[in-house]
Amino acid sequence: MNLNRIDLDLLRAVSDINELPKGAVNIRSNGEAIVRHSSPNIMIHSQIDNPGLTVEVKPGTINESVHVPVILTQPGFNDKVYNTFIIGEDSDITIVAGCGIHNSSHATSRHDGIHEIIVRQGARLKYVEKHYGEGAGDGKNVLNPSTIITIEKDASAELEMVQIKGVDDTDRSTVAHVHEKGNLKIIERLLTQGGQKAHSDIKISIEGKDGTAQILSRSVAQGNSFQLFRAALIGKTACMGHVECDAIIMDRARIQSIPELQAEDADAVLTHEAAIGKIAGEQLIKLMSLGLTEKEAIEAILEGFLR
Amino acid sequence: MLKLEDVWMQVTDGNGENKEILRGVNLEFETGKLYGVTGPNGGGKTSLAKVIMGIYQQTQGRIYLDGLDISELSLTERARQGIGYAFQQPTRFKGLTVKDVLDIAAPDSESMAIRGQMRAVGLCPEDYFDRDLGPGLSGGEIKRIEVAQLLLRDTKVSIFDEPEAGVDLWTIQKLIALIVDGYKKNPDKLAIVISHNENILPICDEIIVIDDGVITGKGTADEIWHLIKDDIECKIRRQCQGDMQYEFK
Repeated sequence: MNLNRIDLDLLRAVSDINELPKGAVNIRSNGEAIVRHSSPNIMIHSQIDNPGLTVEVKPGTINESVHVPVILTQPGFNDKVYNTFIIGEDSDITIVAGCGIHNSSHATSRHDGIHEIIVRQGARLKYVEKHYGEGAGDGKNVLNPSTIITIEKDASAELEMVQIKGVDDTDRSTVAHVHEKGNLKIIERLLTQGGQKAHSDIKISIEGKDGTAQILSRSVAQGNSFQLFRAALIGKTACMGHVECDAIIMDRARIQSIPELQAEDADAVLTHEAAIGKIAGEQLIKLMSLGLTEKEAIEAILEGFLR
Repeated sequence: MLKLEDVWMQVTDGNGENKEILRGVNLEFETGKLYGVTGPNGGGKTSLAKVIMGIYQQTQGRIYLDGLDISELSLTERARQGIGYAFQQPTRFKGLTVKDVLDIAAPDSESMAIRGQMRAVGLCPEDYFDRDLGPGLSGGEIKRIEVAQLLLRDTKVSIFDEPEAGVDLWTIQKLIALIVDGYKKNPDKLAIVISHNENILPICDEIIVIDDGVITGKGTADEIWHLIKDDIECKIRRQCQGDMQYEFK
């Protein structure tokens, strides 16, 4: 493995990797898998018809993780990858994904990640996906993740999807199907600055009796940036679901938040809360009374809000 | 050590009319003493505290700390000069944890000291550190954390705004003991406690009564009680236009 300083910084930002992680790992750099290791319980292999990989977790695999970060450092590179994750019955694992782009050119660098995740019966999954962009050029960093996840009977998953900073344009799509007694929690945290745009569209269909789902979104829009957030919960049977969208708006930014609830059964309990507002003055005053400047207080509040 | 000289504060209400909240306040506070500030609701107690802290700006008059004129200093600068304020209604945050805010309050404090202060106000640090300082905490819990922050900051001037509000009877005794231990007879510090509490006021070295933005009395608890009683009775009479439903004792 030959990684330079930029590669390592990107990997650290999106997947907290400081050294080659133990267990299964696949590092994709500029369209090529530069590191790939399977573990006895987690197999990684290339897809046949598409660029990308399939990760298969053996049933009953407990407390293991797989890292599959992607980095783009070649200016103007367009990367499209199809990944499939199959989490075997009764396993309990963590997937650390994420994509980092370094672009110091005038051309657009773009990564489209198309993921399918199947969490088999009784399995538990924690999925962490961080997106990050950097570079001095005026070329755009574009990241478009698209995820379809199926939660089978008695399975559960938590998806933590974070856009750290430096992504000029993103179109995020997440579609989920939750079956009987399945549980899904999606946590999305997003920061846009300057003229950046972010569209996020989450749709969860609770199809099995006593299924539960939660969407928690926190975002900060600064500068002239624009965010459009759609979150739809569809309850097809007796189930519970909750959507919570909180956004801090600053400068001349714009935010549009559209929660949608659709109940197709009298025993479906679906709720939503949505709030958009600037940083509360009383929060700034409180932190300034502890000795922070206004700028330091804003930074502390935003850091906490997006953590 | 802390001196207010002819301090006035004016606000403009919703109808565009000016209202004097503080009217010519002259006060001197000495180190080693615990001061109580009391008086009727809306009398100017919290406004006085916020003017000292720099949250509100006085429209006239000067404020001195250790001889230094701090009248024009910002809120941040006054905090860094050693003035601290525990809010009457503590602020809640989404995302900032109890530990985050304690670390901001006392960046140089050792973890052991922070944990010790949490225990001193009756909260187990392990149960609270990682929790948001937000809607999930009760009024009493958040009040105790607010007091812990100010005690940790170890400021020269510490202002506690109704520390007893929302706190159970057992914890009030603990908070009183902490404030007495920290400030009474401490040659470097002083505390001002805004309160109506019959357990807190008697332990103060001096009580200041403020009503309608004016200092109407100063003295020990024994000296001042008749003033408080008379003022409160007078206010009630005014509010119910003399038609008292009971006799004030």
